[in-house]
Amino acid sequence: MGLGVEWAVDWLTLSARRIAEHREELIALDRAIGDSDHGENMDRGFQAVMEKLAQSPPETPGAALKLAAMALMSKVGGAAGPLYGTAYLRAATALGESTDIDAAALAGALTAARDGIVARGKAVLGDKTMVDAWSPAVEAADEVLAAGGDAVAVLAAAAEAAEVGAVTTDPLVARKGRASYLGERSAGHRDPGAASSALLLRAAATAAGFPEGSAE
Amino acid sequence: MKKLINDPRSVVDESVEGFGMAHADLVEVHTDPIFLVRKGAPVAGKVALVSGGGSGHEPLHAGFVGHGMLDAAVPGAVFTSPTPDQIIPATTAVDSGAGVIHIVKNYTGDVLNFETAAEMAQAEGVSVRSILVNDDVAVEDSLYTAGRRGVGGTVLVEKIAGAAAERGDSLEAVAGVAEGVVRNVRTMGVALSGCTVPHAGVPTFELAEDEIEIGIGIHGEPGRHRIAMEGADGITSRLLDPVLEDLGIKAGEEVLLFVNGMGGTPLSELYIVYRRAAQILAERGARVERSLVGNYVTSLEMQGCSISVLRLDDELTALWDAPVHTPALRWGM
Ligand SMILES: Nc1ncnc2c1ncn2[C@@H]1O[C@H](COP(=O)(O)OP(=O)(O)O)[C@@H](O)[C@H]1O
Ligand SMILES: [Mg+2]
Repeated sequence: MGLGVEWAVDWLTLSARRIAEHREELIALDRAIGDSDHGENMDRGFQAVMEKLAQSPPETPGAALKLAAMALMSKVGGAAGPLYGTAYLRAATALGESTDIDAAALAGALTAARDGIVARGKAVLGDKTMVDAWSPAVEAADEVLAAGGDAVAVLAAAAEAAEVGAVTTDPLVARKGRASYLGERSAGHRDPGAASSALLLRAAATAAGFPEGSAE
Repeated sequence: MKKLINDPRSVVDESVEGFGMAHADLVEVHTDPIFLVRKGAPVAGKVALVSGGGSGHEPLHAGFVGHGMLDAAVPGAVFTSPTPDQIIPATTAVDSGAGVIHIVKNYTGDVLNFETAAEMAQAEGVSVRSILVNDDVAVEDSLYTAGRRGVGGTVLVEKIAGAAAERGDSLEAVAGVAEGVVRNVRTMGVALSGCTVPHAGVPTFELAEDEIEIGIGIHGEPGRHRIAMEGADGITSRLLDPVLEDLGIKAGEEVLLFVNGMGGTPLSELYIVYRRAAQILAERGARVERSLVGNYVTSLEMQGCSISVLRLDDELTALWDAPVHTPALRWGM
């Protein structure tokens, strides 16, 4: 059995909680190489997601992600708003009407999300953006899928890879977004968008029942 | 943090509400989503100008809504671009059928949100042309950055394109004028202090008592490099020289010189910078035909300034001189 709408709602709910818990940390990361708003933007966006979920409970995982996409697109602002909005919208489209998401559908949705971010932002791996969390996550998900893993295993692998990916942005020099204005001075700081992406993908795995490790 | 606010989360709402009350003769404020339009918009037959961006740069953009400049302004959260759900209704509200120009400062967030909004407004039948302002010479325009930022030159684009729209130019013609200003204006800024975003509560960066940041942007994002504090004349050269070099200003050319305050620097100091900048231009044989000095594109309470130079021709000068009546810029009427 795969994952249903309860998982999607749990994921978004847990995402909102994790973003709120890490709001200050994301602001601090963005303060170092950006403009101090990433945590605030994401928190505002996920609060809007929670409001919409309460107003009109979705019936499919795809509908839940579409609702999240619209809320994020209209409430986050900044670079992250359209990027996450596009990611969730593409993932929702990939999931379609299905009410039972298996490992393959999940891996497909992750790929669609990543491709959406790349299509909008035109960043490549190593540019020190959220793509550096999403691309390894997609690759890890595909590997687990190929090895016959289930949906939970796919999400766990994606979360793990995104966390590692976020850490690998530390030494990089930013080539996209606001941090790129700093040139070499952007090295030595974690990309805030990669950090928030790792939080969101970890929440996806936790919501699916994967035990939260000792990480953090 | 000491600020004249009630709650960090309601800074933009309350400020815009007050702005609407103070300038009720010129603008109308829409809430939920928040945007401002020129009183009486849409103006029949006129191309409309819409701009927007993060709040914290006041009077940009709302202060420039009115006759001869913007038809709508869309304020985002502090230092955060507005979202498509604000930009789309602002765009449709001011469209007379003659089309709408989006004036967008080149930041990834602004570009992506305006791009999404333009696509959706176009789907609703509005002709939209986007003008990207990228006048900041502090940023290298290369494959390795998001491109040059839009900073002080934005005001000049809004004034001059606004005058072209007001005299009845077509959408293509107004876009052409705006692009002409973008091609001919360059800016560089300096910060003597950081600034504090209300919801962050701590300064965006710290500068020691004897340090300044050259090449600062307008979002409190750090600039290109830090140097030891020096006199105003020296700092003025550090800002103006790269601007003139990038523009390739030659003897005999006519320019507009704009010294812009970042919000926390007294006007008297801005004039000290203006004085030296005008001297440098005179030494190079350039003719300063028009000037603007004041706090127009600010960065909250940051101390510092930017210097913009716009290469003028008769057309741009005439459009600059055309009557304008907005809360922050007014002459000729
Ligand atoms: N072109 C891009 N492609 C992918 N991600 C990007 C791009 N530009 C910026 N980002 C991501 O957006 C994050 C910044 O988001 P945020 O602070 O909310 O927006 P802003 O930079 O407009 O203030 C960065 O940390 C980065 O991960
Ligand atoms: Mg930011």
